[in-house]
Amino acid sequence: MSKHTDVIIIGGGIIGNATAYYLAKKGLSVTVLEVSKDIGVGGSSRNGGGVRQSGRDTRELPLAMWGIKNLWPGLSEELGVDVEYTQKGNLRLGKTETHQKILQGLTDKAVSCGLDVRMIDGDEIRTINPYLSDEVTCASWCPTDGHANPLTATLGYYKKARELGVRFITESPCFELRKIKGVIRQVVTPDAIYEADKVLVAAGYGSRKLLATVGIDVPMMPLKMECLVTEAEPPMFLQMLGTAEADFYGHQSKHGSFVFGGSSGFEPFNKDNGTPISSSIGASCTCRGIMKYFPALADAKIVRAWAGWLDDCADKVPVISPVEEVPGLYIACAFSGHGFGIAPAAGYNIAEMIADGHSTIDLSALRYDRFKPKQ
Amino acid sequence: MKSINDRSQDIGPFVSQTDDAIIICRCEEITKGEIRQAIHDGMFTVNEIRRYLRSGMGLCQGQTCGKLVKNIVVQELDVIPAQLDPATSRSPMRPVEMKVLGNEEVTHV
Repeated sequence: MSKHTDVIIIGGGIIGNATAYYLAKKGLSVTVLEVSKDIGVGGSSRNGGGVRQSGRDTRELPLAMWGIKNLWPGLSEELGVDVEYTQKGNLRLGKTETHQKILQGLTDKAVSCGLDVRMIDGDEIRTINPYLSDEVTCASWCPTDGHANPLTATLGYYKKARELGVRFITESPCFELRKIKGVIRQVVTPDAIYEADKVLVAAGYGSRKLLATVGIDVPMMPLKMECLVTEAEPPMFLQMLGTAEADFYGHQSKHGSFVFGGSSGFEPFNKDNGTPISSSIGASCTCRGIMKYFPALADAKIVRAWAGWLDDCADKVPVISPVEEVPGLYIACAFSGHGFGIAPAAGYNIAEMIADGHSTIDLSALRYDRFKPKQ
Repeated sequence: MKSINDRSQDIGPFVSQTDDAIIICRCEEITKGEIRQAIHDGMFTVNEIRRYLRSGMGLCQGQTCGKLVKNIVVQELDVIPAQLDPATSRSPMRPVEMKVLGNEEVTHV
């Protein structure tokens, strides 16, 4: 078994898998090294499934808009797996004047980037989603947003990349990146030293420790989030939902279950011992939040709760970038809890960056060396 | 001991079996044949199969089918059961209504 491929990707999440797939499509040989036993076990499987443009930072908005136009609509067909992409709009809800101001600010920025998003009032909100309570008084409405299934999308990319000959090795922690003659060359694991001409680090928060072995740092921290899932309910609504304070979000899946995320306020102070576990207060708190927005869901049964990590960046947008200081090294991490929706577009553009030296979407605003201390 | 970590290893072609139509996960109605096909699609762990097919994601949360799925993987990949972790267990133990789980008030009877 050869230990050399054109590209090594560290991290078998949706970014790693999607990039591997698009690289393999271009004819490059790829090895993906995943630290855990399962593929797609981190944030790729632990998110609310939003595929949205509204509410995004203008630095990553072009990537989101391009992906929704060019990749998401045909993704199920391309991967041969139903990724349950549903493009029925996103409502970002508000209840107070402060919320209204936050939403108006986000909307104005998105409109200036050419996105079809606008503010609507309570009555119009309830014509779009009649289940919302009267407490909801304002919302931003983006009809081209939507949601998809993070589990099948992540594993769909894995399946398809594997079919194209990408090698996936699980339980393969990477300790060190090594340069030879000034360029990236080796990735050291307990079992083997792998070699490649190009290396992509897409290991979520784990990227930070690994990048330190070549003197590169991305300022991010792990931040826990929690979600809950209901039993299958009759179809109620198809929109993706969020709130002005980003404290509650979710959608009804194709299967019928609702997936809702929320926060109790204690996320930065959890006792985790390195494993993302649901707290005793998280799901209960989220339930109370949901019932204020959706009184009709009070009798819906919760079948499970789960938790995951965000790789939360200092400025809340990802790092997607070549590293000129270490020729051949690329970074895609710090997606800060909104990476799933842009993952296909990110993977596609990173593959272009690695294979062709330039990408369709200009990613210079997401460079690794953008972090400057305050003046 | 054979490892399941190299996902490119040759596990042979998918050959249909006479009992492929048996339902293994009753809550989500996933058959043995679908689980075996998922393994051939590269899903080598119980967690991956669960996320790919929804087996063990229904009302009983895999308390009924978890071991059955594991045994199918053991047979299909020709490994020993100890190599496979069970799917992650998640709270709550039984389905609970939102209004009950979200209730903070203590009422003394």
